[in-house]
Amino acid sequence: MPDTPRPPLTQPRETAAKVSELKHVPPQTFMRKYVFSVDHKVIGKQYLGLALVAVCTGMLLSWLMRLHLGYPEVAIPGLSTVSPNGAPGGVMTPEYYLSLMTMHGTIMVFFVLTTAPFAGFGNFALPLQVGAEDMAFPRINMMSFWVTLAAFLVLVAAFFIPDGPPLSGWTAYAPLSAVGKDAGPGQGMGQTLWAISIALFCVGQLLGALNFITTTLDLRTKGMSLGRLPYATWAWFITSVIGLIAFSVLLPACILLILDRVGGTSFFIPAGLVISDRLQPHSGGSPLLWQHLFWFFGHPEVYIAILPGFGIISQILPAFARKPLLGPRVFIACLAAIGFLSYTVWGHHMFLSGMNPFSATLFSVPTLIITIPATIVTLLWIGTIYGAKLRFTTAALFCLGFASVFVSGGISGFFLAQPSIDVQLHGTYFVVAHFHFVMGVAAMFGIFAGTYYWFPKMFGRLMNETLGKVHFILTFIGVYCIFMPMHWLGLHGDVRRYSAFTDEYMKGDIPLHKFITVAALFTGAVQLIFFVNLIYSRFKGPKATDNPWQSTTLEWATTSPPPFDNFGGHPPTVYRGPNEYGTPSPSGDYAPQFTPEPAGR
Amino acid sequence: MTPALAARAPAVPARTGVWVAVLAISMTFAAVAAAMIGRAGAAPDWQQFRLPPILYVNSVLLMLSSGTLEAARARLKHATPARAIGGSASQWLALTLGLGIMFIAGQLLAWHALATLGLFLSTGPASAFFYLFTALHGVHLLGGVIALVYALHRVRQVGPAAAGALGAAALYWHFMTCLWLCVLLLLTIRL
Amino acid sequence: MGKLLAGLIAVITVVSAAIFARHIWWMPPDISVHGSGIDHQLGETMISAGVLFVAAQLVLAFFIWRFADRGDARPIRTFPGGVTPMVVIAIVLVGAEVAALSLVGTKVWAGIYQAPPNPNALRIDVQAEQFAFYFRYAGADGKFGGTHPNLIDDGNGNFFGLDPANDTSARDDIVAASLVIPVNQPILLTMHAKDVGHAFYVPELRIQQDFVPGLDVPLQFTATRTGKYEIVCTQLCGLGHYNMRAYLEVKTPADFAQWLKDQAAQQ
Repeated sequence: MPDTPRPPLTQPRETAAKVSELKHVPPQTFMRKYVFSVDHKVIGKQYLGLALVAVCTGMLLSWLMRLHLGYPEVAIPGLSTVSPNGAPGGVMTPEYYLSLMTMHGTIMVFFVLTTAPFAGFGNFALPLQVGAEDMAFPRINMMSFWVTLAAFLVLVAAFFIPDGPPLSGWTAYAPLSAVGKDAGPGQGMGQTLWAISIALFCVGQLLGALNFITTTLDLRTKGMSLGRLPYATWAWFITSVIGLIAFSVLLPACILLILDRVGGTSFFIPAGLVISDRLQPHSGGSPLLWQHLFWFFGHPEVYIAILPGFGIISQILPAFARKPLLGPRVFIACLAAIGFLSYTVWGHHMFLSGMNPFSATLFSVPTLIITIPATIVTLLWIGTIYGAKLRFTTAALFCLGFASVFVSGGISGFFLAQPSIDVQLHGTYFVVAHFHFVMGVAAMFGIFAGTYYWFPKMFGRLMNETLGKVHFILTFIGVYCIFMPMHWLGLHGDVRRYSAFTDEYMKGDIPLHKFITVAALFTGAVQLIFFVNLIYSRFKGPKATDNPWQSTTLEWATTSPPPFDNFGGHPPTVYRGPNEYGTPSPSGDYAPQFTPEPAGR
Repeated sequence: MTPALAARAPAVPARTGVWVAVLAISMTFAAVAAAMIGRAGAAPDWQQFRLPPILYVNSVLLMLSSGTLEAARARLKHATPARAIGGSASQWLALTLGLGIMFIAGQLLAWHALATLGLFLSTGPASAFFYLFTALHGVHLLGGVIALVYALHRVRQVGPAAAGALGAAALYWHFMTCLWLCVLLLLTIRL
Repeated sequence: MGKLLAGLIAVITVVSAAIFARHIWWMPPDISVHGSGIDHQLGETMISAGVLFVAAQLVLAFFIWRFADRGDARPIRTFPGGVTPMVVIAIVLVGAEVAALSLVGTKVWAGIYQAPPNPNALRIDVQAEQFAFYFRYAGADGKFGGTHPNLIDDGNGNFFGLDPANDTSARDDIVAASLVIPVNQPILLTMHAKDVGHAFYVPELRIQQDFVPGLDVPLQFTATRTGKYEIVCTQLCGLGHYNMRAYLEVKTPADFAQWLKDQAAQQ
């Protein structure tokens, strides 16, 4: 399809001047450079740093959980010092297990899977990719990071208070989460801190989405029409719109939860509840109301977690296939379709919740329909690989691995989308397998791919490829060993969120649980290779050129790392779309967006 | 986009930003409204009460403030740089700010009126949603006040060049007025 | 490297598919009237999912192996037909599969959860609480007594908050810690929660349903085989969630009648 250059929107005069003001003088002090920085590149790295701390925390929690599930009689060294009440003698109590599980889910979903692919990489790369000097509102951008960090600190504080962290899961269903201390251990102040943390997180993400959307619409450089936007930017843009709507609903939900806990209201708590032998003073509320509000946010949230990964894979895979992405316009249309449909399916988390059973059928239909754009996207990647000249860098390997694990995770969704099958599989390990494959593995692979790919641009040095390949292969084997068996446990009826398997029919599955535990600890240990690679390469890695991967998009037009104002005061002009791999030009077997040589096709 | 449209207005990121904020705040409003309707249907404990009459006075004040804000913008557009700084545009802006602050004070008076009737946050769902809606709107309006203060500062500094910032703040302010009227309508019907 | 990855994907795919296909870990045998519908739906979905899974992974593996850059001057090739076959496959193949499964599945679902209450059903009242299930039978008068949360007294066995002193229909209510039912008899459970959310799940019975505090949720089924089965809680309800279980005992009609008599004598 001929690529006719279209005149760009006129440059924003006043705000370009304003951003330039901020970007005129590079920051001098340590605080301004690395701490309270308005530079989107620094903010992106700060988000990634936060996500790194969060993923280490979340992973540690998962090891503790798996140790307890596979080997419940083993005393975990050091645990009784960390929490004498939670793990007396190193063996955790059931409530402690549930608290760890709650914090694991909350930290991973919010502070890793929403933070790294979207806030982290998006902040770093989006302004570069559209050719801007920074985001539209740099000070608000800085605020969004600090609010998100505050949210994380509030959440983690729950570990250190006497009542301990909440145990109602990342989903915090009412009334368990709403009545307060009477509901049992783990439901005191910790749950309130959870709600405050998530509310703050919503604010941080809304401020971020504000920047992403405005920058993509208004700060594109000359020649960068919407049709020439890189696919990662499209993914971040669509994710921002999804997030804008979703977080705007979760925020009031958390406020209502806090009010039920401390304000004496009854939004979610009905009358007549007897908890801990006390008749609760609430009345009239509806637990289903919490579920509807939560999942109206919750389902789009999982697409917020995965869509940036789609964009990152679609950016990276063509670069290492030396071949254009197949069907880019269809790809973008699918992203938009998934975004739109994500708001119509929330009830599939509630098939058995007691809501009108007819609504189950209503929610099931769009849930199954979402399979179609998701399938198209996967087939586009497979079609891109056809006839390619694959270069197996670590970033490319994680893209290919993403395709495989996304197929695995997506297919189990096919089962859960049908209410009649959900009768048998809801609340079992089958669900745990599904969401870990698509989020814990696929989205993580997107983060890894982005790290190996953009590391040279961020730090001016390349990561070690040998370590990267070992990291990939061992992780790929490891994650299949952890999560594929969980489908089988679920089919057998093993229930999730159990701190022990004392039911007769589940006892026979404990050997499989032990296998999963060993696989999990192995895979966790393998991540050390990644950390070593990160730290070593940051300081000692081979220096990177401007465009080590021979990629087409604008971030590769500037130095590695870029100067303070991204393009040294000379914003690039865009001459073509981002997909011209395999188009011979003076640059090589591809035509970057930013070079004026004539296109080959 | 035709050449005429493209030439009409340069993209002002602040304005785009406000539209994005409008979308987000509208979704929050929708969520709380849905929660209210859901809650009302969940149990027969919805005790209706008469809205404090001062709410209607406050509404008039807010609508007036939108008017004065547009007056300020009109004067800014036709002023020379020299006249704009410290001129009548800033006076109308200051009036808008004053009306906004009076609105917020009036909302607090409405809360006081309810409290004297013994209606608090925890008394029942109807009063809970009243406080919730008015508090959320008030907090967001305060944000609008801060935006207007900033716009006023810019007008006093650079005159007509501040039209973009003022336009964005005005868009937000008018949205707050519209939103308040929607809230009022919802409360009148439901409460 | 590409060969290694391709080989890994192929091995993982074949091994996983084999384990699924051989039902090494699988649902227990079905003991319900409606269960065959669920099992059929699951089986059909497993076949189509299995085919899609194996095909997609093996094609991916093949392409990874075949299209590595071997340093030669071979030109890149676009997928024959471009993007169109992908869209067609997704819409036609997947869409058709989705439509077919939906149509059948809807009937299965409606048959379980949207069926009107069976007038011949044996009605049992179920209460879930932290961390136990209790079951109540109407007794000889066929009427359930009213429940009063303020009268609940677990220590004295008044789990439901009955008021036998003032409520005649409550006097003969039978309260048990097991769900005992006659085989081949339609059952109608009325489920309510005392404190927080819980759920009722019996894998053999192919049935699951949340308890919602504040609501009385109906659930219907008929068991077709005698035996003792575990009822487990599948909605996170606190520290005892993993240990919250009761037993479903399906008895012959004669044994059930005897059990009922024994219980009535004990109450």
